[in-house]
Amino acid sequence: MTAEPSTGDAAAPAIIQVRDLGVGYAGVPLLEHLEFDVRRGEIFVILGGSGSGKSTLLKAMIGLLEPLSGSVLIDGEDMVTASGDARRAILRKIGVMYQSGALFGSMTLIENVRLPLEEYTDLAASEIDLIARMKLWLVGLGLFTGHLPSEISGGMQKRAAIARAMALDPMILFLDEPSAGLDPITSAELDALIVRLSRNLGVTFVVVTHELASIFAIADRVIMLDRRTKGIAAEGDPRKLRDESKDPWVHQFFNREPEPLPA
Amino acid sequence: MTAADLAISDSPDGRRILSLSGRLDATTIRRVWAEARNAIAAAIGRPVVVDASKVDYCDGAGIALIVDLIAQRKPGDVQVANLAPRFETMLAQFDVREVERDQDPPPRRRGTVEELGAITAGVARDLYDQVAFIGESTAALGYALAHPASIRWRDVWRICERVGADALPIVALISFLLGVIIAFQSAVPMRRFGAEIFVADLIGLSMLRELAPLMTAILLAGRSGAAFAAEIGTMTVNQEVDALTTMGLDPVRFLVTPRIIAALLMTPLLTLFADLIGLAGGAITLASFSIPYVTFVHEVEGIVDYSDFMAGFVKSFVFAILIAGIGCLRGLQTTAGASAVGDAATRAVVSGIVLLVAVDGIFAVIYYVLDI
Repeated sequence: MTAEPSTGDAAAPAIIQVRDLGVGYAGVPLLEHLEFDVRRGEIFVILGGSGSGKSTLLKAMIGLLEPLSGSVLIDGEDMVTASGDARRAILRKIGVMYQSGALFGSMTLIENVRLPLEEYTDLAASEIDLIARMKLWLVGLGLFTGHLPSEISGGMQKRAAIARAMALDPMILFLDEPSAGLDPITSAELDALIVRLSRNLGVTFVVVTHELASIFAIADRVIMLDRRTKGIAAEGDPRKLRDESKDPWVHQFFNREPEPLPA
Repeated sequence: MTAADLAISDSPDGRRILSLSGRLDATTIRRVWAEARNAIAAAIGRPVVVDASKVDYCDGAGIALIVDLIAQRKPGDVQVANLAPRFETMLAQFDVREVERDQDPPPRRRGTVEELGAITAGVARDLYDQVAFIGESTAALGYALAHPASIRWRDVWRICERVGADALPIVALISFLLGVIIAFQSAVPMRRFGAEIFVADLIGLSMLRELAPLMTAILLAGRSGAAFAAEIGTMTVNQEVDALTTMGLDPVRFLVTPRIIAALLMTPLLTLFADLIGLAGGAITLASFSIPYVTFVHEVEGIVDYSDFMAGFVKSFVFAILIAGIGCLRGLQTTAGASAVGDAATRAVVSGIVLLVAVDGIFAVIYYVLDI
């Protein structure tokens, strides 16, 4: 884990390297020949229309889906070929927040956050308890530690899922649609939390979202996936892409313009 | 980067100095944490300074350590000095007194009397739900029979296939083995008295009146009752049942009625099948005891009459309603959570079997009183 705070600058070394990656289902590619780097400490956002393969790409990056080709290097180790202890070592460096939260329904919020700490550290129960409670305070759920996921709202479940993903202070946090379904205030709070963690702790974020407000609030860099070309349509600072891109689809996406009606 | 370490010293003005150094994260701080706590506890009545000038890295776990050390004494007694600004920002996010205390402790455990009361109330509520559901289902079934066009026959045939045809192999296997086992276990001791021919009577009466309908029903409760509960439970969790309700469609008519009709059509058929296969199992076993098939058939014909057959057959209709009804009820009662659907299926099987056995007992009493 880095000792340096986030810079989000272009000089930072790559912590994730995606090389010639092809992903899809049943041998049918959704995306092909993807090449990009995620720099240490930056907030990297994956964009794209519905069905463009954002979540599929995320699954391949976190090792849940075997890619059709290529490699995903996380801190220099290939997630695709790693197995056993090597794979566990890579997984120890990442945290994932799933779109639905994916909290364990039979456990309270604090038990959900405690779980990775109990499995991966040798800290005493009271110490684990304090760390878990602090994670939940950090996401604004300090008064709900003893609640079950079914007893709190969807937005709160997402925040609790982020707390669980952060339990071991991973180098990289992958967030799948963190703002989806949240009210604007909660969504803005979540954005502020992401930026704060990135800037203060140097955590690298890979976020899948299409919430434009969130993208401009948090993203250092984005890639835009295009299902027509099965590749990357644009890459860079989202503000620059919005203002300067000549690509009609990129312009349409950032300006929320509908498809023109057939003549 | 160095591992976490702690140096303890005392300043000339009497303050206890805890110098933290190296990397403070969840995998490095265990020893340091315990030592630092002990050092604070040992410095009774003296102010404590936690010097973090040599801390290279401090993540959430390291911040938790510092928070815990501050919380060991009353406010102001433990000071943190020289923490790098970026870590200071992380520490500043927490109110030490609030974080240290569990603000949402688990609810206190209920006393025995309270627990007994809660269980009794739960059982009473469940009985009420079952009675109410029987009423609702009966009304829906009555309406469906009066208006056959309102029945979703495509669903009925699909469920018939799953409840009936798909269950045939297991029903056949169990009833055949039942016939074989009863015949064998009875024939061996009865042969000593030359009475093995009466095993045919035993098998005929027990299979037709009792075992075939009950075993078939228990198999269907485990197979179809659980499936109904899981299927409707998943629909409840996915808000599909809510969608039906808000469309103005009655979930009982849509989900429960087809299943009850399918069970009513299939359970008696399977029971008939179990009767035949069970008798066949007994006949084959007795053949090995030198009792020909013709003798077996004559013996069964002599002891079993129409009322014996009907005693078992009528029960199968009632069992069908119980199996389908309880499966659907448990499905509709499904709550949220990962284990909810599994719980619904388990409850469907357990309460289904309990009800089957209880109702079978009631039938036995009724038949005795009516001399059937």
